[in-house]
Amino acid sequence: MSGQAFAVAALPGADRRPVWLHLAVLVLLFGLQFVLPAYDHGNVTRIMILASYAMGFNLLLGYTGLMSLGHAMFFAAGLYGAGLPVYYLGFDPFSAFAAGVAAGGFLSFGVGLIALRTSGVSFMIVTLMFAQACFLLTLYFNGITQGDQGLVLDLSAWSWDVGSEDGPLSLISPPIRYNLALLLFALCLLVSLLLVRSRIGRVLVAIRENEARVSMLGYHSFRYKLGSLMLSGTMSAAAGATYALLFSYVGSTFAGIQYSILPLLWVLLGGQGTILGPLLGTALMFYLVDVSSEYSSSYMLIVGVALVLLVLWFPKGILGTVRQKWLPWLP
Amino acid sequence: MSLGPHLLLAFLEGTVSAFVLALTALGLSLVFGVMRIVNVAHGEFFMLGAVLAYGFSSLVPGLPALGFLLALILSPLAVGAIAWSADRLVLARLNYNPEATIVATIGMLYIIEQLVLTIYGPDAHPVQPPISFRILFPWFGYSGYKLVVVAASGMLLLTTWYLLMRTRIGLVMRATQLDRETAQNFGIPVARVYSLIFALGAALAAVAGVLVVPIQQAHYLMGLDPLLLSFITVIIGGLGSLRGTLIAAFVIGLSDGMFSVFFSGTLSKIIATLLVALVLVFRPSGLFARSAR
Repeated sequence: MSGQAFAVAALPGADRRPVWLHLAVLVLLFGLQFVLPAYDHGNVTRIMILASYAMGFNLLLGYTGLMSLGHAMFFAAGLYGAGLPVYYLGFDPFSAFAAGVAAGGFLSFGVGLIALRTSGVSFMIVTLMFAQACFLLTLYFNGITQGDQGLVLDLSAWSWDVGSEDGPLSLISPPIRYNLALLLFALCLLVSLLLVRSRIGRVLVAIRENEARVSMLGYHSFRYKLGSLMLSGTMSAAAGATYALLFSYVGSTFAGIQYSILPLLWVLLGGQGTILGPLLGTALMFYLVDVSSEYSSSYMLIVGVALVLLVLWFPKGILGTVRQKWLPWLP
Repeated sequence: MSLGPHLLLAFLEGTVSAFVLALTALGLSLVFGVMRIVNVAHGEFFMLGAVLAYGFSSLVPGLPALGFLLALILSPLAVGAIAWSADRLVLARLNYNPEATIVATIGMLYIIEQLVLTIYGPDAHPVQPPISFRILFPWFGYSGYKLVVVAASGMLLLTTWYLLMRTRIGLVMRATQLDRETAQNFGIPVARVYSLIFALGAALAAVAGVLVVPIQQAHYLMGLDPLLLSFITVIIGGLGSLRGTLIAAFVIGLSDGMFSVFFSGTLSKIIATLLVALVLVFRPSGLFARSAR
């Protein structure tokens, strides 16, 4: 009863502004591919996939209040879950994608069952440890994964006839890549948007704000947190699987600690607990590193300084601040 | 070689890494125990100690012992000063919020790593051991310097213990650890104690880095392993318990030595990492801590 009342009060059903805003962003991204120069076209493809990963991370951090330092294991689960079957078993891209997503789902379920027994700093360290064990596993099974060196997938057989003058387009041709990445991004965006505007999403936000009170209201908070972690891990794995298939490469770098820190950075920059924050943060950081690397190679310095500055003076991120000051309806 | 000598070698290697690990982990444990924050940049302080040791010791060419002694004194001081200013500039302003400080120390990790890479370069550099002396066992010769490492670490551990348990500064630190607000009410400058602890923790890691550099060479990426091992140690030993940290350091150092002589190093790391995660889940106060606080 109380849950129902809570949900109705929290959802202004008449407000369609968020829906229009996010549809407009998707339309803009679709339109961009016809005007972007080739170099940026490739960049935006990559940004959309990485932003999907960041969106998965943000579901957990921004909307449930759980900071994981081991999300690279989910990204890598998708990457290897999709890549290895293609390399060794000749899976087609769609089954491979499904395998990658399933790998992420199972892994996040198992990790969640164990790690969610802790909270706060312990949760961060436990997820970090699990991710490190996964990273070491990719090195240990060097004979299968080729470790750091990685595997290059052969996906040349997969192509579509989309009526282009150059004949059928392969899976890794730029326009196909761009639109598949956009498809993934749109899917993640809509799932996130639906979730956070639903009753379940409200419960998750309530857990973030005060878990004890949510339990007292009769919610089984562990189940909600597990569900949130699974959705977050599965979304990250979907991004990983897409990355493997569209860029035809699988390697242990993507399982390393760095790839757990990056989504944290992107989400903090864009604004945790906002739907579009991950995209904004990923894009800004991507271009910041890209532009600065023309002058110097101090990529890590930028990441480090950005993290310190964000946490010191800008903890809500860009869209979090925008929401606080001007657009209170931003989801 | 047969089993006996193998065991002896594993034991010696394990003892050396146990002492180095105890120093590093003690720093992390001290910072966690008193300030209640997890310092992810701890491994980078270890690395800074090693890299600065290379810098200082090359100031005195031709006299390895003197150069090394110089490094052993100056590197920890320099690293302590860096940590002290990092605490003043960043951590204190965050009011030591646990999650924000983790993000901030991750930032520091990247900043330090990149600065070292830019200034010092990507190559590993050796530092000559201060003594060149080999102990000859019937089966193999063993570096005498490694025993110096053991002795020096042992002395430093004792000194730290004395500082904490028998001096006024230690009393103040322990009081701050026990109850920050009451300590403040009794006129203890908690902010200064925190900076001091953070600097001391970093300096301990730096000493370990200096001691290791004649064995391992200094390299800008060498901080990650000591960081993870220290995490493991501190967690198994019980968060914030210094005695537990020491016991755990010896258990882990010795078993690490044994494992990497007899089995694959990667496999032992995987098992250790998973075990530790499970310890933190099922016994959050650690294996050796008497009670959770």
